Amino acid sequence: MNDHPVISCLGTSALLFDATGATTLSTQQRIWALSHAVSGWPEIREAVPCLNNLLIFFSDTPPGKVEYLREKLLEEWLKEERLYLDGKVVELRVDYGGEFGPRMEYVCEHTGLSIDEVVELHSAPLYTVFGLGSHPGHCYLEGLDLRLTTPRRKVPILDNPKGSVAIGGSQTSVSASPGPSGWNQIGLTRKAFFDHTASAPALMQPGDKIRFCPEKVIR
Amino acid sequence: MIEIVSETRLASIQDLGRYGHLHHGVGISGVMDKPALCIGNIMLGNELNAAGIEIPFFPFEVRFHQACTFALTGADTEATLNAKPILPWWTARAQAGEILKLRRPRSGVRAYLTVAGGIQVDTVMGSRSTQLRGGFGGMAGRMLQKGDMLPLCAGSDRGPGGFGALPPAAILPLEKDGMPAVRVIPAAEYPLFRKECRDALWQTQWKITSQSNRYGYRLEGVPLLPERPLEMRSHGIVPGVIQVPHGGQPIIQMRDAQPMGGYPKIGTVIEADIWRLSQISGGKSLRFIEVDYRQGLEAQEEIQRYLTHVQQMVAIHPLSCATA
Repeated sequence: MNDHPVISCLGTSALLFDATGATTLSTQQRIWALSHAVSGWPEIREAVPCLNNLLIFFSDTPPGKVEYLREKLLEEWLKEERLYLDGKVVELRVDYGGEFGPRMEYVCEHTGLSIDEVVELHSAPLYTVFGLGSHPGHCYLEGLDLRLTTPRRKVPILDNPKGSVAIGGSQTSVSASPGPSGWNQIGLTRKAFFDHTASAPALMQPGDKIRFCPEKVIR
Repeated sequence: MIEIVSETRLASIQDLGRYGHLHHGVGISGVMDKPALCIGNIMLGNELNAAGIEIPFFPFEVRFHQACTFALTGADTEATLNAKPILPWWTARAQAGEILKLRRPRSGVRAYLTVAGGIQVDTVMGSRSTQLRGGFGGMAGRMLQKGDMLPLCAGSDRGPGGFGALPPAAILPLEKDGMPAVRVIPAAEYPLFRKECRDALWQTQWKITSQSNRYGYRLEGVPLLPERPLEMRSHGIVPGVIQVPHGGQPIIQMRDAQPMGGYPKIGTVIEADIWRLSQISGGKSLRFIEVDYRQGLEAQEEIQRYLTHVQQMVAIHPLSCATA
């Protein structure tokens, strides 16, 4: 098991807990459990899970020493508790290819698959949200079929649209707002992932699941 | 109301930041120079976190539509109120109709205009700071534009002002070999960089390139290379993190940094020194000084002591007693 985590300082603002080892649902459930436990500690403002790791952001009064916090974290981790988050399933209607997926051709070329095969492989799994997010409402998904692995663009584009469904390396994701991105857009969804006026502003939470449902496929 | 009169770019409404929402994917934002905003607010009798305007491009002109006591902190912009000079790090009162003009600073980068009561835009998710990527907070989630009318509170006239504070740079200078310096705590991947590159981090100078803004500062110097290529999974980051992309030229994440990153991290500029970075202009060089967590906290306490000192001085000399 991954019982030799790396705990490091992010300046005086936070600690980063890295479980090391493979990214698996089972490790992620331990990360979620750690996140849940740490969130109640007085010196912590929030804990933010991502892929195999946990950001532990300090409150206004950062701990005077980090050593005892490291020990507390390690002790908590070694309890091997798991948090089984059985979240909601969100089905996203996706238009694939053509104007909706300007990098579909590149993904086909790189993977040697046809458009229909890419769509089939991409829409087959039930993806799990491991954590949020590189921007408001954005989530990191686990479950991409590795046959779809396609390297990111060397130079990111600046105007990646909201709702862009894309592949970056061995991951897939949906953009919640327009912005720069180096991922390969293969489709587009119209679902809104973030509403700053809502009491729960982000639609997706860790443990939730996403299924991509092909609506149109432009060949 | 305050009206933005000049063509402007990259000026924004900011407070001390939006904390506690990283788990929604919402970054921290907030002023680049925290002591500058705090001292402006202290001199005006505001809460420390009251929203002000961060101004990185000049000239910048506003018209006051109501009497307002205000403070100018940060870069020295040779400001004038209806053509009458206003000192930097100073408080003054504008009458309705008067125009405040800020010019390109000779030193420093960002000026802060704070007003009695603070800029009264809505609080969104606990903050008035502009969240550009999310398109909310501040003025409709965007940078300010000519013609914007910024709401003030009814009690924005708190007297003539007419006093100032010493800038933190004068009280807490930090240099190394005659160059501005910031303190850095090594981060997770630090030991994985080549020995000569780790040495270069501390012993050579780093030029701030023109591609530096609220998101990040791109630096130029000796390429920082790891012993072997590092593949990182996305993980939480904070403002101040020094990321090293494949080319070896570091990027310091600043206030508009996204909550997650995927590049190796060689170190993190301590929270107490981010304001120093915010006032070094593109083209200039800086040095890094290695510190540990304890020293990073001490630096933070030093700033706090100075803010408390200013608070005590202002309490003895409140706005309403000052003579202009």
